[in-house]
Amino acid sequence: MSEFYALSAYLPLALCIGFYLLGMVLRRRLHSGLVNPLLVAILLCIAFLQISGMPYETFSEGAEPLSLLLTPATVCLALPLYRQWHFLRKYPGAILCAVTAGAVTSMGTVLLLCRLLALDRSVYVTLLPKSITTAIGMGVAEELGGMVTITVAVIVVTGILGNLLGDVFCKVFRLTNPVAKGLALGSSAHAIGTAKAMELGEVEGAISSLAIVLSGLITVAGASVFAQFA
Amino acid sequence: MDRIKELFWIFGFSLAGELAHHLIPLPVPASIYGLLGLLAALKAGWLHPAKVERTADFLVEIMPLLFVPAGVGLVASWEQLRPVLVPVLLITLVSTVTVFGVTGLVAQHLLDRKKVSRHE
Repeated sequence: MSEFYALSAYLPLALCIGFYLLGMVLRRRLHSGLVNPLLVAILLCIAFLQISGMPYETFSEGAEPLSLLLTPATVCLALPLYRQWHFLRKYPGAILCAVTAGAVTSMGTVLLLCRLLALDRSVYVTLLPKSITTAIGMGVAEELGGMVTITVAVIVVTGILGNLLGDVFCKVFRLTNPVAKGLALGSSAHAIGTAKAMELGEVEGAISSLAIVLSGLITVAGASVFAQFA
Repeated sequence: MDRIKELFWIFGFSLAGELAHHLIPLPVPASIYGLLGLLAALKAGWLHPAKVERTADFLVEIMPLLFVPAGVGLVASWEQLRPVLVPVLLITLVSTVTVFGVTGLVAQHLLDRKKVSRHE
């Protein structure tokens, strides 16, 4: 079997896509925000590698075509931003101030807690882009010399937290305005939080997807400044 | 033909982003330059959204799937994560709650103030 692992060009791709699909089916069946298809796919692929003995390098080479599409997919985020632009024109001050405050708070709390817990610079820059969308966050961590795979895991966990606890957070912070809810979800929990925002309403969802891209862009600019503090 | 053109534009902007990343000495990922380039082209009216949107929507839809290989990379960096796992989880939780609260409250404060001043 191990010769087959080495020869097969499609096994890693089939695993990624198949397990992701399985995650989507499970989420639909169980109606639970806890079941995140990305998380399911990552955990099942890891389990497969452990059980089958397929080397990580073989898997990683085989799955390369998916990673290669990340840059073009991120470039395409320009489209949702273009479509939601009218919200930015309607509430420019509130949206820009809130998203900037969120991005600075994200990086500020990471800085503060990394200092308090005496963590190294490599962990600090790994965590800096934790609240933004994976596509942009991976790039930021890579540029700053962080551990990219850990950044991805932390970003996914952050998103799931926001998705699961979004309703509770809205009550705790007494958020009633749909625009404020959308901004809070998109800024704190990126695309996975936006899925929750879309459940709350159309305005919440649209604003949240706008917040993902804006927050990503502000974090790209801010992270290089914050990286100087470590 | 149309689909090929869509692919051409999307990969063209990705390439332009790569080039900008190569030429500009800033820690900005290539994809961000490409995103800003495409947004500028759409806003300026050089490129009609209909010329890219079918392929673009498809790529955005499958985006989470594209992170699976990177996430599986955790097996390779597990040794680095294990000693800091608890503090990392703590930071993730605290920071997520705080960002949610700050963003939401700042937005709500500014939006409600705008509404009140309009009534006056």
